[in-house]
Amino acid sequence: MERGQIIVTSAPFDPHAESERLRAENPAIGAVVDFIGWMRDFNDGDPVDGMTLEHYPGMTEKALGKIVDEALQRWDLLGVRVVHRVGELRPGDPIVLVAVASAHRGEAFRACEFLIDYLKTRAPFWKKERTASGERWVEARDTDHEAEARWRTEQGENDERNG
Amino acid sequence: MKIQLRFFASLREALGSEGEILEVDRDAPRVADIVALLRARGGRWADAFATDKTLMAARNQEMCDDQTPLADGDELAFFPPVTGG
Repeated sequence: MERGQIIVTSAPFDPHAESERLRAENPAIGAVVDFIGWMRDFNDGDPVDGMTLEHYPGMTEKALGKIVDEALQRWDLLGVRVVHRVGELRPGDPIVLVAVASAHRGEAFRACEFLIDYLKTRAPFWKKERTASGERWVEARDTDHEAEARWRTEQGENDERNG
Repeated sequence: MKIQLRFFASLREALGSEGEILEVDRDAPRVADIVALLRARGGRWADAFATDKTLMAARNQEMCDDQTPLADGDELAFFPPVTGG
């Protein structure tokens, strides 16, 4: 069974239904951890009334696949489902779902946080938001890169201990 | 050798280009060599690829760094730091 499912879609999606799809696949699943990212109606101090999510077709799925593969190797998981929007979004739309299933909760919590931290720094998406004064590109955040770096440091320490 | 360049997001807007086929007249160029070549065009190319600008690159749809060597027929994309999720 393919344990990692990746969907990149220009259509609205229901994150709860997608998470349920993951859970329903396998009765051995005892824990599901969902991260859902939602489009907000403000950012950086300004009201936002819409957003365009650009991506790199072809690379997007590959990059998400690599991130999911790393999580499947690093933790003992029963399944991962990642759904990410592209195209035009409105405030209140879900942008991304990262759903992680495992036998017990520890693995699912850790893997879910890892997946979103890596997605935010390595997956080729770019957000352009629309405010009253026009359109602007969202800037990457230092805190996202710090989070990603912590996972790499931790993996390095694990490798040293086990190596 | 020929490299297919692609540009995304604010970089694409700054350059006014989605991409181009670049003819490169040297053996085993690295990504840094392509950046230098583009910077040397001057104007908005020099601005966009200035040394203080943070850009990411992908060779054949895999993230790479500026020391990555390139081969004939490669696709090389440049883009700003990603903002998905």
